[in-house]
Amino acid sequence: MAELKKSEKIIEIVNVSKIFDETAAVEDVNLYVRKGEFITFLGPSGCGKTTTLRMIAGFDIPTSGKILLNGKDITNLPPNKRPVNTVFQRYALFPHFNIYDNIAFGLKLKKIPVTYVNDKGETYTKLQKLTRKEIDEKVKNALAVVDLEGFEKRSVSTLSGGQQQRVAIARAIVNEPEILLLDEPLGALDLKMRKEMQIELKEMHRKLGITFIYVTHDQEEALTMSDTIVVMKDGRIQQIGTPTEIYNEPANAFVADFIGDSNILNGTMVDKFTVRFCNHNFQCVDDFEKNEKVDVVVRPEDIEMTDKENGMLSGRVISVVFKGVHYEITAMVGRSEMVIQSTQSRAVGDIIGMNIAPDNIHIMKKEFTVNKYDGYISKKNTVIFGDGKFDCDVTQLYPGSHLDEEGYLITADGEKIDLTDVDVTVEVGLQSIEISDNADEGGAQGHIVSLIYKGDHYQYIVRTEENEEDYVFDSEDLWNENDFVSVKIKPENIRLQLKQEMKQNG
Amino acid sequence: MVKKILSITLCVLILVFIYAPILLLVVYSFTPSNVIGRWEGFSLALYGQLFRNTEIMQILFNTIWLALAAAALSTVLGTAGAIGIFYSRRKVAKPLQAASQIPVINAEIVTAISLALLFSAVLLYRTYFSLIIGHMVLCTPFVVLSVLPKLKQMDSNTYEAALDLGASPAQALFKVVVPQIFSGILSGFMLSITLSLDDYIVTAFTKPPMFDTISTYVYNAVKNGTNSSTPALRALSALIFVVMIAIILIINLRARKPAAKETSK
Repeated sequence: MAELKKSEKIIEIVNVSKIFDETAAVEDVNLYVRKGEFITFLGPSGCGKTTTLRMIAGFDIPTSGKILLNGKDITNLPPNKRPVNTVFQRYALFPHFNIYDNIAFGLKLKKIPVTYVNDKGETYTKLQKLTRKEIDEKVKNALAVVDLEGFEKRSVSTLSGGQQQRVAIARAIVNEPEILLLDEPLGALDLKMRKEMQIELKEMHRKLGITFIYVTHDQEEALTMSDTIVVMKDGRIQQIGTPTEIYNEPANAFVADFIGDSNILNGTMVDKFTVRFCNHNFQCVDDFEKNEKVDVVVRPEDIEMTDKENGMLSGRVISVVFKGVHYEITAMVGRSEMVIQSTQSRAVGDIIGMNIAPDNIHIMKKEFTVNKYDGYISKKNTVIFGDGKFDCDVTQLYPGSHLDEEGYLITADGEKIDLTDVDVTVEVGLQSIEISDNADEGGAQGHIVSLIYKGDHYQYIVRTEENEEDYVFDSEDLWNENDFVSVKIKPENIRLQLKQEMKQNG
Repeated sequence: MVKKILSITLCVLILVFIYAPILLLVVYSFTPSNVIGRWEGFSLALYGQLFRNTEIMQILFNTIWLALAAAALSTVLGTAGAIGIFYSRRKVAKPLQAASQIPVINAEIVTAISLALLFSAVLLYRTYFSLIIGHMVLCTPFVVLSVLPKLKQMDSNTYEAALDLGASPAQALFKVVVPQIFSGILSGFMLSITLSLDDYIVTAFTKPPMFDTISTYVYNAVKNGTNSSTPALRALSALIFVVMIAIILIINLRARKPAAKETSK
């Protein structure tokens, strides 16, 4: 995106982090919001999108960083002093007021400067409250915008969820804010109502011409409504872009998996603009270093089915599901599953050919290639790292060495070394980790916090509770998110290296 | 049928067991005899004596203003405390809430003696100050106890919504939070009044020497095992009982009204 002029940026978030009780909800976020745009913060729950919104509203103060509104620092300004209004997820209407008083709440508190001329002809301004008539007029207009004319006298408890949401929107926009913040406003509505409100919100955005900042975990909602989408995960921004950019050019496997359906496959760059996956070399439009391992994303609708002779790939159909507009066909290509969306159907068991155009192959840098930890040797052949304790082979630290009966390491030169408490760096490959239901079986325990399907296997992240250490690994078995598991690593798969300073001393 | 009769009989027996002493008192307040048990014919003489006895009237007045003042102060303190607990982080809120409830389970005599020790240490023993503080110690935990559930029922985002719409924190508190928890505040206030009205132990340990409430006065009057000195106290007790019953009825009826309104909609 081109650099914008200062005046076009209504909100700028600069290096903002927010830490709650030692865990970072938002980490080093940088973004700007253009005047009048509809921007959406999208991500799974706990990704920091709501915290970011709350910092713009003023309910939370950043631990570090700055928030600028029209170029002015508002980081520590209380919420009542900001020209920003919020629509809350569960509406947060005032149950002891009727609809009129709910909407008029902000107006009754507002003071506007009025200019007078005194006897001597001098002009002076005075802060004045709005008159009853002005308030009546504004409330009526706001109710008209949300299609609730004549609801002034009703009490909040007599309204349906959708109507309450409209009142919440009216209550916010009646104050004519520069920015309207919406925190999953449609989350509590049923599907049909949600679709209607999406269209109405978009229409409202067009009519009012103010900036909308929208928070949702629903990728379809984000794609439908936004001018710009900010995809977040674990408190960090993964990608910022238009819906088309986010969908067609996902920045990494997480974004590709989160937005829409996708086939994510392991590939290797074999030449300039050539990637190899599923035992075939494909032309592509992304340039990476030769021999680099990459993630390849292909959208199901971008795979063209043909006869088995004419396809770049061929595979056997293992399932066909009718989805209304299209069929979803799953084919096995070698050991990888490939999902295809097509208006044509195929029978299960058919051998089909598949073609993929170069600009439909999206190549992304691999996020994880190996797990790295800082650890230390605890006693004979045991290493502690990543909140866990694992058996290992310490003789790899000194080539040709062996252990004596007391657990001391004897080097090839016959030198005796006590390795207890020696610091090491630990590397474990993605293929070398297994997990188990039995908590005592492995060296560390944690919950599965993420899984991404990559054609023929899943990539998991297990996170420990104590220090939030991550174990990333590939597995063909299916586990569920939030499963509590223990991590098993075979001793020969734990690669140890002495930390530099230790090497010099030893 | 037999079962029904039995269950009704049991209910009646329990009610008689609970109310017999009070009924006896009310009945004997209508006879001028010096001791309960001797009926000397129906008369309102004791009520006459009661209202002519300036000492008792003064004590009645003392008791009421003490109850009102202590209840009002406890309500302010307890409500503020409950709001503070509610908006604290969980790690802080839990121990804070537990600590605020210790006076409820603590033996009253222990509270009274500790108060007496504390105030004699700071030379405020047996003053109006120590008396009011003593009653507040008694009442405040109950206000916290009756306000907290109302806060938990409230949508906690409404406070933030008020700030968002331009209200200062004080305006948000009084325009949005307090109205939503008002029924809890009111019941805390009423509870405080009843607690303060009939308290003897804390009052006896903290009151100024020449000051008496109904409790301490009655206790002193019957201390020697006779109630002959002031039979008018029977009339006073009967009146207090009737007034309390009336207050409880009014509160219950008021509580039922809005509920009925909701369901009829």
